[in-house]
Amino acid sequence: MKRTIFGNRLLPWFLLAPQLAVTAVFFLWPAGQAVWQSFLRQDAFGFSTTFVGFANYGALFADPFYRNALQVTAVFAVTVAALALGVALILAVAVDRMIRAAPAYTTLIVWPYAVAPAIAGILWWFMFNPTIGILAYGLKQWGYRWDHLLDAGDAMMLVVIAAAWKQVSYNFLFFVAGLQSIPASMREAAAIDGAGPVKRFFTITLPLLTPTTFFLLVVNVVYAMFDTFPVIDATTEGGPVQATTVLVYKVYMDGFVGLNLGSSAAQSVVLMGIVIFLTVMQFRYVERRVNY
Amino acid sequence: MTRLLLSSAAIAAFATAAPAQTEIQWWHAMGGELGAKLEKIAADFNAMQSDYKVVPTFKGTYPETLTAAIAAFRAREQPAIVQVFEVGTGTMMAAKGAVYPVYQLMADMGEPFDPAAFLPAVVGYYTDREGNMLSMPFNSSTPILYYNKDVFEKAGLDRDTPPATWQDLEAYSRQIMSSGAAPCGFTSGWISWVQTENFSAWHNQPIGTNENGFGAIDSQLTLNGPVQVRHWENLKRWQDEGLFQYGGPVGGNDAPPKFYAQDCAIYMNSSASRAGVVANSKDFEVGYGMLPYYADVAGAPQNSIIGGATLWVLQGRPEGEYKGVAKFFTYLSSPEVQASWSQGTGYLPITHAAYEYSTAHGFYAEFPGAEIPIKQITLHTPTANSKGLRFGNYVQIRTVIDEEFQALLGGSKTAQEALDAVVARGNALIAEFAAANR
Repeated sequence: MKRTIFGNRLLPWFLLAPQLAVTAVFFLWPAGQAVWQSFLRQDAFGFSTTFVGFANYGALFADPFYRNALQVTAVFAVTVAALALGVALILAVAVDRMIRAAPAYTTLIVWPYAVAPAIAGILWWFMFNPTIGILAYGLKQWGYRWDHLLDAGDAMMLVVIAAAWKQVSYNFLFFVAGLQSIPASMREAAAIDGAGPVKRFFTITLPLLTPTTFFLLVVNVVYAMFDTFPVIDATTEGGPVQATTVLVYKVYMDGFVGLNLGSSAAQSVVLMGIVIFLTVMQFRYVERRVNY
Repeated sequence: MTRLLLSSAAIAAFATAAPAQTEIQWWHAMGGELGAKLEKIAADFNAMQSDYKVVPTFKGTYPETLTAAIAAFRAREQPAIVQVFEVGTGTMMAAKGAVYPVYQLMADMGEPFDPAAFLPAVVGYYTDREGNMLSMPFNSSTPILYYNKDVFEKAGLDRDTPPATWQDLEAYSRQIMSSGAAPCGFTSGWISWVQTENFSAWHNQPIGTNENGFGAIDSQLTLNGPVQVRHWENLKRWQDEGLFQYGGPVGGNDAPPKFYAQDCAIYMNSSASRAGVVANSKDFEVGYGMLPYYADVAGAPQNSIIGGATLWVLQGRPEGEYKGVAKFFTYLSSPEVQASWSQGTGYLPITHAAYEYSTAHGFYAEFPGAEIPIKQITLHTPTANSKGLRFGNYVQIRTVIDEEFQALLGGSKTAQEALDAVVARGNALIAEFAAANR
């Protein structure tokens, strides 16, 4: 790495100041407030405040619905990431083989990324609506009574599809770029040596795509855990019986709807811990992978 | 063109030079058609006098509006008036330093104000134990029954007789389904509000201890009584048989389309849904009825309870604004304004005068369905079980009711287990609220 030597000791601080100020005002200060709030019990208007230590955390982990939300989040994040990555990879490989129509397909596949998450949620909610939805109607013709209002499995499938749909576009772009950076000569050499398309994909393309895949895996898990609030709010509202209540949605329900600020703050702090953990993982492993 | 520009500039200059009006911020949760009607009320008030200007601002759903007002209060940026839904009443009442009780406001500002002018069934929900009105009722509704007259006739039922009891409703639903007139008997919006809270009041069953929570902040829910359990059990059975179709949690978004599409012949929802029902039932004739009751339950039918929202005045605004708020409330509760608001929306008139005004102008003779909600809330003098309810954290308890009802319909719990869970989880939430507001 290159070291820059500043003549003036204050200049580097001065140059860093705007970024530091933004971080302090928009991240450190609110985060600190959340940590402090998580140790308090307070009424909604803030008239009476009691310091309760770790009582909010204790109540949280004793709450079966919170443990349920942890589990739901894990299932949801892994399924969304797997589905979004899998579909995107198939599409990207298909486009990579195309010669003439590739730009048109790429444009079409990237399109959903421009759709706002709440609108994406409403779109899928309409199609799967048990009363008026076209997909629910189609499933009924096939003998399946789709009912995401009461069936936890159907509800989970709905939010996973709605959340993954948008992310496919994003992953697709990265996979196409990743595929294009793989030298054609390698695959051609393997082909001459007699390796079939499937063999070539698994022994050459996939390993060379690992940095992209790993990066996308982290991005997708983070997306599923934190950015899917609008999708869930617009489709299932966390139901039925909190079967699709992920951690972020529970923070919103308890804090913004229920006005239980202490518990909501404690949940935010737990979430913050998870983000920090995921970020550390990303830096440690992605960096290592990229340098191989 | 230039002349036009000049003259409009002159008007603009004149307008800014006029004596400054006191602006009164009013945060509300009425979107769409209702929002337009609300803004007209404010605009009419502003046109009528020149000292005050009421500025309505749409803040989203009821919970969003309440949260916004609380956040604003904490940041000392609160509006003078905020519209809060009925289940937020417990939260507002506990915040003694934040609200300016309406009775006190009217007295302090020397504004004529007679609590006896208001319908007791409406204001009872918002008065303290001494009978003082704490907030100004604005949009109050009560659930009623809507039915499809054409489907009734096709099924061989009398098109002018809505089901009076749950026994009738079950029999009618069976006949509707077996005759092929419609694929489903009935659906309902608001399982919590209609099929649980109002159901309890209508059958004179307690929802909680201490007069449904009116008496003390640390009350307990008693929703798991035998009558409520029986009803939830029936709903589950009827759902399994297809007589009843579930419309979803909270307001039950899927219930109205089931009725509009003539899938379900009977539909229970707020009286304020009437405008929507009328607009969406072009292909069939709609009939109206009171909520059904179990004929063998002593004391039923009692009276139904209200829902909707009231206007709360928040503390901490400049003194001058409160004078305007008091004047605006007087205008708002005048018979003409009330009658026009309730006729256009299906909400209840909040004063005796407004009710009489609508009657005298022949409104109820022309639209008989519009009078049912008023008849229903005033059917008998409210008892301790049918005045309403007042529990802390009730917004969350509503969610609990929805979740446990879903668990019942999904088959993972019996009616008794589900309602026991409502009570246990609800009591924990009430205790938490009591601890935070000590």
